Amino acid sequence: MQFMLLFSRQGKLRLQKWYVPLSDKERKKISRDLVQTILARKPKMCSFLEWRDLKIVYKRYASLYFCCAVEDQDNELITLEIIHRYVELLDKYFGSVCELDIIFNFEKAYFILDEFLLGGEAQETSKKNVLKAIEQADLLQEVSSFAVDRFSAH
Amino acid sequence: MALKIVKGSIDRMFDKNLQDLVRGIRNHKEDEAKYISTCIDEIKQELKQDNIAVKANAVCKLTYLQMLGYDVSWAAFNIVEVMSSSKFTYKRIGYLAASQCFHESTDVIMLTTNQIRKDLSSPNQYDTGVALTGLSCFVTPDLARDLANDIMTLMSHTKPYIRKKAVLIMYKVFLKYPESLRPAFPRLKEKLEDPDPGVQSAAVNVICELARRNPKNYLSLAPLFFKLMTSSTNNWVLIKIIKLFGALTPLEPRLGKKLIEPLTNLIHSTSAMSLLYECVNTVIAGQYWFSVGSKELCVQKLRILIEDSDQNLKYLGLLAMSKILKTHPKSVQSHKDLILQCLDDKDESIRLRALDLLYGMVSKKNLMEIVKKLMLHVDKAEGTTYRDELLTKIIDICSQSNYQYITNFEWYISILVELTRLEGTRHGHLIASQMLDVAIRVKAIRVFAVAQMATLLDNAHLLTGNMQRNGICEVLYAAAWICGEFSEHLENPMQTLEAMLRPKVATLPGHIQAVYVQNAAKLFATILKSQEGNTDSTAAQDTSQLMIDRLPLFVQSANLEVQERASCILQLVKYIQKLQQKDVEVAEEVNALFAGELNPVAPKAQKKVPVPEGLDLDAWINEPPSESESEDEQPKAIFAKEEPKHSRPRHTEVDEKELARRREARKQEQANNPFYIKASPSSQKVYQDAPGVEHIPVVQIDLSVPLKVPGLPMSDQYVKLEEERRQKERAEKKKKEKKKRKEKRSGRGKKHDSGPESEEDITPAHQVDIVTEEMPEVKENHSSKFSNIFFLHLLFWVCDDKKSSKHKKKKQKKEKEEKEKKKKKKHHHHHHHSDGGGEESVQNGTVEEEEPLPVSLSHRLINPQVVYDIQGNLQDGSQVVVSVIFENKCDSFLKSMEFNVLDSLNSKLQRPEGSGPHDGLTVPFQLPPGVSNEARFVFTVQSIVMPQKLKGTLTFIVKVDSSTHEKLDFKLHFTCTSYLITTPCYSDAFAKLLESGDLKGSSVRLEGVNMPFHHLLARICFHHHFSIVERIDSCASMYSRSIQGHHVCLLVKTSGQTVSIDAKCDEPTLLGNVLDEIKQTFSQC
Repeated sequence: MQFMLLFSRQGKLRLQKWYVPLSDKERKKISRDLVQTILARKPKMCSFLEWRDLKIVYKRYASLYFCCAVEDQDNELITLEIIHRYVELLDKYFGSVCELDIIFNFEKAYFILDEFLLGGEAQETSKKNVLKAIEQADLLQEVSSFAVDRFSAH
Repeated sequence: MALKIVKGSIDRMFDKNLQDLVRGIRNHKEDEAKYISTCIDEIKQELKQDNIAVKANAVCKLTYLQMLGYDVSWAAFNIVEVMSSSKFTYKRIGYLAASQCFHESTDVIMLTTNQIRKDLSSPNQYDTGVALTGLSCFVTPDLARDLANDIMTLMSHTKPYIRKKAVLIMYKVFLKYPESLRPAFPRLKEKLEDPDPGVQSAAVNVICELARRNPKNYLSLAPLFFKLMTSSTNNWVLIKIIKLFGALTPLEPRLGKKLIEPLTNLIHSTSAMSLLYECVNTVIAGQYWFSVGSKELCVQKLRILIEDSDQNLKYLGLLAMSKILKTHPKSVQSHKDLILQCLDDKDESIRLRALDLLYGMVSKKNLMEIVKKLMLHVDKAEGTTYRDELLTKIIDICSQSNYQYITNFEWYISILVELTRLEGTRHGHLIASQMLDVAIRVKAIRVFAVAQMATLLDNAHLLTGNMQRNGICEVLYAAAWICGEFSEHLENPMQTLEAMLRPKVATLPGHIQAVYVQNAAKLFATILKSQEGNTDSTAAQDTSQLMIDRLPLFVQSANLEVQERASCILQLVKYIQKLQQKDVEVAEEVNALFAGELNPVAPKAQKKVPVPEGLDLDAWINEPPSESESEDEQPKAIFAKEEPKHSRPRHTEVDEKELARRREARKQEQANNPFYIKASPSSQKVYQDAPGVEHIPVVQIDLSVPLKVPGLPMSDQYVKLEEERRQKERAEKKKKEKKKRKEKRSGRGKKHDSGPESEEDITPAHQVDIVTEEMPEVKENHSSKFSNIFFLHLLFWVCDDKKSSKHKKKKQKKEKEEKEKKKKKKHHHHHHHSDGGGEESVQNGTVEEEEPLPVSLSHRLINPQVVYDIQGNLQDGSQVVVSVIFENKCDSFLKSMEFNVLDSLNSKLQRPEGSGPHDGLTVPFQLPPGVSNEARFVFTVQSIVMPQKLKGTLTFIVKVDSSTHEKLDFKLHFTCTSYLITTPCYSDAFAKLLESGDLKGSSVRLEGVNMPFHHLLARICFHHHFSIVERIDSCASMYSRSIQGHHVCLLVKTSGQTVSIDAKCDEPTLLGNVLDEIKQTFSQC
């Protein structure tokens, strides 16, 4: 996978993850182009489109579009599955996730994604394992930030 | 110190955290940029503080702003600071910010090496994890080189959580620092058998990706992967392994044989669509067709995908189908129905995929059908983009490989003309170039093409009426050129010349006007030639005067080209007029201006031109370039060493046989290549080979194709005609084959496969050809001679079974005259009949006992069928031609047939001069048993407003043992509908027509019509020769025109089972009758 974008129906970017090195300018151009292209598509259209030399796989969940760019030989259906898994993970983590959860906890959304995908490849196909890793890391964070808060308060 | 800490934490209370920032941005929708710039200022202040918590908070906010598109590269160092915090909370934020904001050109990355190394070896697995994740996003060649060893060590970490990440990130490291691959590979391979499935899957992932880039290094792993493939149940892993094998098989074909079994097993068993799709794709890409049934299996599975209601599966199914199509068009072609269905899909991307597929699926057999379907889609397509796409696809499909699949160019021209009706298309030039190409290269079509183009020119206002559909007026460019260049074929050159010189032409784009002017001159020359022979010399002078009157308009044109041509031609015509006044014959010379045929030139033609003596093409025209430049080019040779060319010696190696074979192949190639000009000289034949239509007697034409010449072509009709033609051909072929078989039967009983007709069996009606002297199917040309054509199908057969009269051609009406007593005669008898339906060969019951034939046949000629179909043309409003097919259905010889009709006041059969009003016309052929033939008779009709029936008789002699004279009565029913001609009408013209107020109205209601609206419309179009002007939901306006120029407008509405038709026409009687006929049509169904 080359990159993943999350954006709203209004075209606002909610999350972006790039697995290929690109300059900011290129990234901006690509996401702008893609957001436009996908938003212009009708709701009943299929989830795939050919874009430059990449295949774009996207799916809409409520008000959010999840969009992945994969290479020519990659499997579109498994990419859809990846998107779906990620949505499920977010859902489990936030408890019926909505767009606002992702806006206000965008770093958490990234952490979950990073536990699920690494370098554009699925690293853990078990949802349980992903969530366990996140919970434990969170625990670590809370303990330490609690300590810091206490420390800095005094 | 304490104060500072307190101050810091108090400040922090007022700091915005990420949530505040997000909320703030959402509350400042109007002045977002301003709000954010104050936020960035705050962040800059926060970054200056020593408190790491404050910094981390600032960096977190920056990461968010970065996503919104703001530049945060100035904070790179602060990000590194936060990354190096010892607290996981901050480290996590720091690494996240780095992975989002850093890229290879970020220079602070080199400061991070040691920090990352430290984190990688941290006792806390989450520190390590976070570092690995971050690294995967911003790893640079330097980092890869410096950290490769550390990561490699982590591949054997005790925790699978770390191992898994380390394995995956190794792929990124290999990409950045390829030298690390060799030392790391053994360990990577080891991980394929890691006890943890996650690590194993990561290793498969990495090796699969590596193998896709460079498969041959991984062949040795094939057995290991094969084991994994047969044992694994994880679809994610399976997909990767299958993909890997897909990359390996091209290098090791034996793998394919081994793989096909597990692959087909998976295809059969898996319920996961992604896995199924992967397997099918691999089978297709790997060309595993050696395995019996694999192709069928794939196509069958893809069919299931395409039939699925899920758009995604449908799309992918079509995508994969198109891959099979490349190698096995036959197996895909059998699913044509399905692909055509996809054209109706609401998803445009699916429709486009289906279109792509259709391109590869056409054959001679199905081209017309497919294009017909596409034309329907063009009509109802919403949005110009898709419609334009359809248009280009239609043209692509038809013109591919030099019109290989077109068997009837009249049909193609008609399609092109129909396409000009598209509103707002950008592709006018595309249609134009096709028209030109076909008219130039297919000689036999010119007569037809010229007639069509003349109609287009005549109706040019319809094309250019709306400036918005400007693109289409390019078509006029082609029309004008064709009419000018091939003006000798024009039926009414004067009218066309008039059309080309209309003042409205001056509103067309300059380049089109120029063509108009130039071709008006060509037309002028042709007209002059025909007029000069006449005794009346004023006609020729009138023509010159017309030119002189109209051309000045173009002389004033602002376009240089138009102006120049016009003034040149104007002066020329003036001079000609002067000569005409002196009674000098000028036509010959004027024609010489445009003499000579334009032939297409092959792209390689220049090679055939011998180099003139003394010309050295290799000599430098200028001095050779300086030394330094040539030096620049030299290094290239290092990469691409050109082999010394020694083509000469190679030639000697070729033996005679090979030469002969090549020559044969080349000849074959040339014969098929319309660009190749053969030697036969034909340059000065312009005037000679115009087919002399006049001296072909009307009744003697034995046509394989029933003739119809509509005013404007309806391509649909060709589809039907084509079917008829092919069927005939097939029948003939069968006959021949039967003969052959008889001859061979004594031999060895070889099998003749007379099964489904193969591609080669279909002979084209026209050929794309520019050289051959003989015109393919000259007969076709005569058709244009006849203005109105009736179809009358007289079938003779021995019959006691009424069922046998169930031949149905939708267009045909039947009339039966019950005439005879029933004879208990049974007969084993096959009726081959050549009408459109064609699929049923009627069998008249089987025989129990054979009785000898009675001597007199008269009793047995029962139920003669009079079947006809009327198509008219605007060119002559009083003449109709009835084409009669005589088919001898009995098994006796029929001869001396005479056709006679009892004339009415209104309609008269045209008889040769000198014969009385009651004389019959001799049918110019005899009919052996089972044979059919066609003859045509011209009628003059005065009024067309009323339907009428004409009584007729056919007398003939039946020859059994002795000859007997027999008579057959029939009736010809001239319905009012049959005087209507399908004429397209644009909605604006239609509106004008209705507004004009010249039309009188009438209406009719049809009850209990139980069919979809579009069927209803199609039926009206079909049976009553209307065309749809506009359709909105359950309401449609339709138009037709009579051969005498009456306009008939319909407004058809439907609600439930009731259909109301409001109609307007300038002739109320005609309208009333047409409506009655429509009513009748629907009462029958």
